[in-house]
Amino acid sequence: MPAHVTPPAPMPKDVYYFGTCLVDLFFPDAGLAGMELLKHQGIRVVFPQGQSCCGQPAFNSGHKSEAREVARAQLNAFPEDWPIVVPSGSCAGMMRVHYPDLFKGDRDEDKAVAFASRVFELSWFLVHVLGLDTKLVDKGEKVTVTWHGSCHSMREMGVVDEPKRLIRALSNVTLVENPREKECCGFGGTFAVRQPEVSAAMVADKIDAIEQTGATRVVSGDCGCLMNIGGALDKAGKPTKPQHLAEFLLERCHGR
Amino acid sequence: MGADFSTRAHDALNNPQLRANFRRAMDGLMTKRAAQFEDQDNWNALRARGAAIKARALARLPDLLEEFEQKASANGIIVHWAETTEDANRMVLEILNSHGAKKVIKGKSMVSEEMHLNAHLEAHGIRAVESDLGEYIIQLAGEAPSHIVMPCIHKNKGEIAQLFTDNIDNQPYTEDVDALTAAARQVLRREFASADAGLSGANFLVAETGSLVLIENEGNGRLSTTLPPLHIAVAGIEKLVEKLDDVAPLLALLPRSATGQAITTYVNMISSPRKPGEKDGPRQVHLVLLDNGRSRVYADEQLRDTLRCIRCGACMNHCPVYSRVGGHTYGSVYPGPIGKILTPQLAGLDCAGDLPHASTLCNACVEVCPVQIPIADILVRLRTEAAEPSASTAVKGAGSGHSAVESAVWKGWQAMYANPAAYKIGTKALSVLGNLIPAAAPLLKQWTSVRTKPKFAGKTLHQLAREKGYDNE
Repeated sequence: MPAHVTPPAPMPKDVYYFGTCLVDLFFPDAGLAGMELLKHQGIRVVFPQGQSCCGQPAFNSGHKSEAREVARAQLNAFPEDWPIVVPSGSCAGMMRVHYPDLFKGDRDEDKAVAFASRVFELSWFLVHVLGLDTKLVDKGEKVTVTWHGSCHSMREMGVVDEPKRLIRALSNVTLVENPREKECCGFGGTFAVRQPEVSAAMVADKIDAIEQTGATRVVSGDCGCLMNIGGALDKAGKPTKPQHLAEFLLERCHGR
Repeated sequence: MGADFSTRAHDALNNPQLRANFRRAMDGLMTKRAAQFEDQDNWNALRARGAAIKARALARLPDLLEEFEQKASANGIIVHWAETTEDANRMVLEILNSHGAKKVIKGKSMVSEEMHLNAHLEAHGIRAVESDLGEYIIQLAGEAPSHIVMPCIHKNKGEIAQLFTDNIDNQPYTEDVDALTAAARQVLRREFASADAGLSGANFLVAETGSLVLIENEGNGRLSTTLPPLHIAVAGIEKLVEKLDDVAPLLALLPRSATGQAITTYVNMISSPRKPGEKDGPRQVHLVLLDNGRSRVYADEQLRDTLRCIRCGACMNHCPVYSRVGGHTYGSVYPGPIGKILTPQLAGLDCAGDLPHASTLCNACVEVCPVQIPIADILVRLRTEAAEPSASTAVKGAGSGHSAVESAVWKGWQAMYANPAAYKIGTKALSVLGNLIPAAAPLLKQWTSVRTKPKFAGKTLHQLAREKGYDNE
């Protein structure tokens, strides 16, 4: 069930940023771009150095107690009552939707429930809290892009149109929608290595559909999908480049 | 069939005809369903109601089963209780033998598939003839259903045309769908007229009135349950609903979710055998209620939601895995997402432990389930019961997926990721040295079969945040 999210009131002065473990190691520029976008809106962005991973890899693999201990470290790393903005629908979904269940009956249950209610997916926060879709000024060259919505972003966090509203707000960008946008790219965490052939078939179809849009870039809000789709595009020698939404927006509007 | 899901998936993925058949069929079904539920508010209200009806019935299931038996018996329906599929097969055989029946005409029934009833009857000299067109086709082919609603969806019309030419006397090869349907109809009419008994499933069992509700599109369900002198129905115990009023909302969900139809061509309500003075209908009606592990599923509060299923198949129609590998890959009677949670619970995680992992947890099934079964949550629960079972678990085969190596890996992962100091050192090391890991290393090998190796960025976001002066607190 998508989380029913309401914007924090009043408008926050400080936000926490949860970068995610995948971004930390493989896509730090995408993570940093999200922080810069928030900073440009006059918000103080706090990046707790004690953060690591939401716990989803172990949780989805059936290793709940290990997932809980890693999640507990996050509960402790974000003590203030500030929004926690996450540049990934999947990690946000883990924390927003699954933390309350993960900590049911645990000494930190109340803390986990409160933490979960403070979690926001980045594009949702940019649109609904900061109204960024009405403020973007596109300084980039003409470009055609397509959007890949991540499964957990859409189906756990209820984020469907927000990223596309941001992209459409860019005057020199043409967004060509992929008719199979809502179909999973085949990443699925450990699924990609547990069922490599099924995963390969899924990502092959995904890059075909992306190619058919004629876009030179595929933009997404989840680095798991981008690692999968981008890796497959690269291996197949396709010219389409993967990019995280935050990096794309920052590049267009702040010329980074 | 191959040894496990991966092996069968490999075969399916390398069968372009099969993949094309599924892709085309699933695309069509998804489009039709979407057209039925354009109004999101209406859809959300309807599915919430559907879920509530089934949840309410399950909450009172033991009482409702008793009430149903009482009402149905009073109506003249003979109710039997089968704990296992062996029991159910034995009961059906006994009933048929007591009537001297040699030929049974069958309406579509997944529970009879679960029982492998046809083979059992065949072994005892009784011929079972499938009369649902799809079931008839796969019976000719000697195959199992690949979908719970459209059992022969894996075949295209060319394959069916060939099957008919090979199996039906004087049938010329034609891909004309009407001509093929007419050919099957000719054969099946004769079978209907000469059958000693009819066998069907049931979509709902109404406790309040002791009625069986059976929906279908071809009229074969009605013929199977009215023409022969004996009707035997088989159904899982989870089919109960409390009241007749509960049926309409579920009917507003089931055909629309399944085939994108507003309603099926036939809605059969069976409440009794032929009554004195009536000119048609079977003289005897039996219902075999099957447990086969459902009570164990029922005993767990979370897993109980599995039993809400009304067998519409929308989960498989929308599943990116199912649409690529097809139903036979699951190696079980119930394929797709519902099969991935039901089969391991009925057969045991020791027998079907790979199924809960054959999912990306994309939630496409959860999004379209008309009774809001939290399939993804149950998949994760079953993965957990397999790897690290809870103390009070009732799941069959719990712990069978435990691996000392895997557990050690996750313990190691926890040691790094739950400890900021260890995480700092670990990520630093990976940033610097990670790219030296060869593409042929375990796990990376599977990943790089169709993708390039992920590149460690050199500096972590933690480092960049510090360098750019972002506050730590």
